[in-house]
Amino acid sequence: MDKLKKNEKINVPEILKDLENYRPRRRNWVWRKGQGEKRQIGKFEFYDTSENLEQYEALPGGHYFNNIAPQPTSTITTEIASGRFEDDIRRMRMAAWHGADHLMVIRTAGQSHMDGLIEGTPQGIGGVPISRKQLRAQRKALDLIEDEVGRPINYHSYVSGVAGPEIAVLFAEEGVNGAHQDPQYNVLYRNINMVRSFVDAAVAKKVMAWAGIAQIDGAHNANATARDAWKVMPELMVQHGLNSMFSVKVGMKKEDICLSTVPPTAPPAPCMRLDLPYAVALREVFSEYKMRAQQNTKYMGSSTREATVTHTLNLLISKMTRAEIQSTITPDEGRNVPWHIYNIEGTDTANQAFAGMDGLTEMLEIKRDKGELADKVRELKERAVLYLEEMLEAGGYFNAVEQGFFVDSGYYPERNDDAIVRHIDGGIGVGTVYDRADDYMAPVTAHFGYNNLAQYGPEAEKDPSSLIGGGTFEKPEKIVFIDELDEVDNVYTRMEETKDFREKNIVKPEMEWLGDGVVQTTMFLPTDERTAYYAAIEVGKKMGLEEVEVIHTEVLQAAEGTRVEIKGKFQHTIDLDKLVVPPAPEVMTFEELCAAVKAKPMKIVAATVGQDEHSVGLREVIDIKHGGIEKFGIEVHYLGTSCPIEKLVDAAIELNADGILASTIISHDDVHYKNMKKIHDYAVEKGVREKLILCAGGTQVTPDIARENGVDQGFGRGSNGTQVATFLVKNREERGL
Amino acid sequence: MERQDDFEQRRKHLKDLTEKQLEERFWELCSQLMDPIVDMASKHTSPSIERSVLLRMGFSSIESKAIVEKAIDKNLIQHGAGHLVYKLAQSKGMEIREAGLKLAENELWEETSSLFQGGAK
Repeated sequence: MDKLKKNEKINVPEILKDLENYRPRRRNWVWRKGQGEKRQIGKFEFYDTSENLEQYEALPGGHYFNNIAPQPTSTITTEIASGRFEDDIRRMRMAAWHGADHLMVIRTAGQSHMDGLIEGTPQGIGGVPISRKQLRAQRKALDLIEDEVGRPINYHSYVSGVAGPEIAVLFAEEGVNGAHQDPQYNVLYRNINMVRSFVDAAVAKKVMAWAGIAQIDGAHNANATARDAWKVMPELMVQHGLNSMFSVKVGMKKEDICLSTVPPTAPPAPCMRLDLPYAVALREVFSEYKMRAQQNTKYMGSSTREATVTHTLNLLISKMTRAEIQSTITPDEGRNVPWHIYNIEGTDTANQAFAGMDGLTEMLEIKRDKGELADKVRELKERAVLYLEEMLEAGGYFNAVEQGFFVDSGYYPERNDDAIVRHIDGGIGVGTVYDRADDYMAPVTAHFGYNNLAQYGPEAEKDPSSLIGGGTFEKPEKIVFIDELDEVDNVYTRMEETKDFREKNIVKPEMEWLGDGVVQTTMFLPTDERTAYYAAIEVGKKMGLEEVEVIHTEVLQAAEGTRVEIKGKFQHTIDLDKLVVPPAPEVMTFEELCAAVKAKPMKIVAATVGQDEHSVGLREVIDIKHGGIEKFGIEVHYLGTSCPIEKLVDAAIELNADGILASTIISHDDVHYKNMKKIHDYAVEKGVREKLILCAGGTQVTPDIARENGVDQGFGRGSNGTQVATFLVKNREERGL
Repeated sequence: MERQDDFEQRRKHLKDLTEKQLEERFWELCSQLMDPIVDMASKHTSPSIERSVLLRMGFSSIESKAIVEKAIDKNLIQHGAGHLVYKLAQSKGMEIREAGLKLAENELWEETSSLFQGGAK
């Protein structure tokens, strides 16, 4: 396929073509490069970054700093799985442009209980059905996207459930680079038989190890499940330890093993005092392993703002300790299957916080050797050791699970008798494990366990797949690709329904699927919470939305009112052929502007008007060092902030200026437009309106409305000196001034 | 089980260990707990493991499932599903894929069984 172009959409139908013959470029996980060196980015020297991206979207504040996008040292994860992998491809591209390089695909509900692989591309619920075709299409898209942004992208899903070994093989074949794999997860949360889970896991891990797939464990689920999540800290260390040790014993390299670690609490708990010692203890015990940090999700509600703060505190822990992989929970996870915009917000939160904390550990360090943290770290290590000792006394892992050791809400050795109990002869897949006979043989690469290859000679022992002339790992052309099994539930029928949005020049709001029409609205209703909840639904309906649902409420004061957020479906499409888009501001070149001002000098007075102390935007437009209008030779008299209208106009008269630049940031009660009108009126009153070019600017200024309020031109968000100078020169010429 | 936090009682034998020694003890205990499980995994197989072998041999998920189901029915799974296909192919002078597809289509199972002496261990 052709390279992607920044201003062209990724062609999903094209991605789906000729998938049968597509081969991934690599299997293994790839870490970021260039850490450990200082790096000049824009005007700053950064201490803790990795190599820059070739193409990216900067943070919203990036335009103040030459549009820089410093890349943190950690790999940044975002989880994308709306149920339609074809739409997720577009979201993956957006996330990659924002700096995510670990794209995690959640599986559809129930896939972990399917004894076998899914084929084709059915629609998922709460995730995507992971199939060869889906993986191959997304990997193909990611190969294009990683070329576009200039950094390898790690693709990730789950090797758990009752088809673990097959999924591991599928991932190795299709270039999936990271995977969750933890047999304890199957046992505790999916009620899969514990013997089957561990027997399967050994083969799955061996295959992952061969392919260089990075493994993430499942310990964080104890955190999300236990009644008081901060009390399971000793157990979390035990779960991490058991999965890590098991993985190493079946052949996985320690550097490919990542702990899924979550701070056990969140505000308003005094979380740092609990979470930081835990983070330190964990990183010390597991010094040879990688950390994948994720914010606490147990204490996460529907407030996106609150989730973002919890996320930021997690980022602080990552910064003060370490996290080779930083996950970004989407702040809307408590209310939606995540939406496009929130994947980007979560990714931006990590990048913003890490950029802001760059070099922090040069100045701050953890008081490791004395005081509360030191005591807690030691205590956690001791509690974890005691836990393991008691497991051995109980007769080993399986007996310990049967006796209710796991996910008890007590702070070990405290026990609250509320553990998850599983039995060795129970659960899904019980009785499906078989002894390997003396002559058991598997003629394939990366198989774990007893394998009597000697019976077929030394060559077979050295290279088992030589018996069959190479398997799929050696000869990918042997892989059997199945396109679709279900005539109705597949990507082609879904894309037929949304075809108009790809082929016609129309657009519709979207949150997760092309053409879904979903919009979100925030409002304040001056009434109590319950009333506001129902009133908001009516508001949504009267706005013309369908399927209106309240997704968040927050009391501002019991009687005075409630904040409500709703979502609903917008029923119309916007015909872009009929849409009137005002032309982009025209700009003259540097040379043209300089020549025009040289030929006929220009003088301007400028100020921030009204009771407004903001000056940054205006200084950017004026100052020579910011690329402002002085650069072109325009003489500027800056009168400062909170300048009365009369003073500004009087100064223009006195200095015989050509024009006025008025900055108005505060827009409360439309005061910015009222001030424009006042400037115009006062200039008329003084008899100078015809001679003066009046310009007003500010982040909330809309050019059309500014002109309606009497000025010659308005400059909104993103305006710059070149645009202003162009207008001044052209307007002077047009008016013959 | 319900139990009060008796950490102070239990930790007596640990209190004189350095943190490094605690960490070593942690890993030693993890190792002791996992050794028997790794050993067990080494000696056993499952339908998913056998299907994963067949996938690596170039069979589709559907073909693999069919072969493994029948291997369980015929009490031959303990030899390895890939082994059944391999030995049948050898004995009949067939390609690996051809032999496997016959088994998936429920053919040649008697021949296969006889190659493994009726499935005895």
